[in-house]
Amino acid sequence: MSLTKEEVEHIASLAHLQLGEQELEKYRRQLTDILDYADRLRRVDTSAISPTTTVLPLRSVLRTDEIRESLARDDVLANAPERDRQMFRIPPVFE
Amino acid sequence: MDPLELTLCESAEALRAGTLSSAALVEAYRNRAEQLNPKIHAYLNIAGEDVIRAARDADESWSAFRRGGDAPGPLTGIPVAVKDVLCVKGYPCTCGSRILENFKPPYTATAVERLQSAGALILGKTNTDEFAMGSSTENSAFGMTHNPWDAERVPGGSSGGSAASIAARMAPIALGTDTGGSIRQPAAYCGVVGLKPSYGRVSRYGLIAFGSSLDCVGVLARTVEDAAFLMEIMAGYDPMDSTSMPEKTPAYRKTLSGEPDLRGIRIGIPKEYFSAGIQPDVDRLVREAIGVLGSLGAETKEISLPNTEFALPVYYIVAPAEASANLARYDGVRFGLRREGQTLRELYDGTRGAGFGPEVKRRIMLGTYALSAGYYDAYYGQAQKVRTLIKADFENAFRSVDIIASPVTPSTAFRAGEKVDNPLAMYMEDLLTLPASLAGVPGISLPCGRDSQGLPVGLQLSGPFLGEETLLRVSWSFQKVTRWHKEAPSP
Repeated sequence: MSLTKEEVEHIASLAHLQLGEQELEKYRRQLTDILDYADRLRRVDTSAISPTTTVLPLRSVLRTDEIRESLARDDVLANAPERDRQMFRIPPVFE
Repeated sequence: MDPLELTLCESAEALRAGTLSSAALVEAYRNRAEQLNPKIHAYLNIAGEDVIRAARDADESWSAFRRGGDAPGPLTGIPVAVKDVLCVKGYPCTCGSRILENFKPPYTATAVERLQSAGALILGKTNTDEFAMGSSTENSAFGMTHNPWDAERVPGGSSGGSAASIAARMAPIALGTDTGGSIRQPAAYCGVVGLKPSYGRVSRYGLIAFGSSLDCVGVLARTVEDAAFLMEIMAGYDPMDSTSMPEKTPAYRKTLSGEPDLRGIRIGIPKEYFSAGIQPDVDRLVREAIGVLGSLGAETKEISLPNTEFALPVYYIVAPAEASANLARYDGVRFGLRREGQTLRELYDGTRGAGFGPEVKRRIMLGTYALSAGYYDAYYGQAQKVRTLIKADFENAFRSVDIIASPVTPSTAFRAGEKVDNPLAMYMEDLLTLPASLAGVPGISLPCGRDSQGLPVGLQLSGPFLGEETLLRVSWSFQKVTRWHKEAPSP
């Protein structure tokens, strides 16, 4: 199986990655190789096997809903590329 | 007494007794780190003068204790290096990525916080493959780390900075993380001890996520006892991580005394791990090491982990799938790099395109594909099912053996640049460490010799889930009768 350029562009778009022409071609080849290798998984009969989503013994993890201190707002906003008062600033979303 | 020659346990003892000062210890390591970093590049960030002041405070605490005051924490005055994927308040946390180059986390990871509460001082942040994705540290956006045994070779990865810092005596102990081998493989390449605990044994809170069902925080150390010392303090349930195990942390060091006696211990040797492709020196030295365990009374026998060949394709579907979801948060809005755009979409795509390096983009693409409509069942779903079989291999094996022994890697440290353009060849580096990661069981890498070129070889021991106690006991016994862990490269 070989990925097409269109497929790679579609994946990049889903992943929100802006890629140049050379990158697209490089990943087209490399992803094709890796997926070819991963195709050996199809040989395994898993019709009666459940998927593993976690290795932990299943248990319900709950905690009491208590009011507690959270991170200081100014500390968190200190990392913002652009802030406006107590908000993150981004380009307009609506016309 | 040269403080750099002491193990962590010896330093802690000397600080308590007052025969060594923390100021001298920290200054010696800091000077060494500053001196060698231009050559080794183990650190992205080395602590400033303030760490020496903190060390003097630690000395005050110890002398107050000797005058009859309260005992300070067991790590008081001990310097620790931390892989730069773990958040430490006040330090940048870059993950070896341009996208987090200027990120200063507003909180500290639980694993680090517990060490600090016990008195440890942060000596610096160590280099890593970008977002811990890689096996050589060549994927760090800030330049590779060099192997202290041969600067033209890689130290392994992704915890290559931490491993190199131990080998080069630039830190007495270091935290690392292991998702598919990222503690054990660099430990093997650098000739140090690397412990990956069971999944869930150490809190992941404050560890910047890569593959959330696989990520483990662990230790790179000079001796097994040192690793056990840190684990005792670091491990255990954390309300901030719902995947941390509630089981009480055993007093690991208690079992590390007396005579190294392995009678009653059954050691399995998985035949699939010794297949073609293993460097002859590695094969020979690992078999000799297993022979040493036998000479201490352990019973050794061949076992089979039949689904081993599928660990690599399973891992390189599951981990990138999880990574593609985890790394969706880097969008240029709340923290990290931003590339301006006319629209929000342009801002997102441009930021991510510019901020991530080639390997991270590759894995995000791979994971996105494996999770996308039409391919989910064939790739991600199937990989999760085969993961069940790999996990079952270990469960079956641990019904008849206590420990599994194998090489850590098929060969010793490779030359820088040798595999950068061949992702599959790089992924093969993890062949023998991935299965334990997928099964969630603990594993350790122990120095067990050097190949014909003088490069370190690692023995990998794995135990059952939450079976660190026996794993450490067997590892400690090995080190009691061998000297490989005492060898260091000449600077």
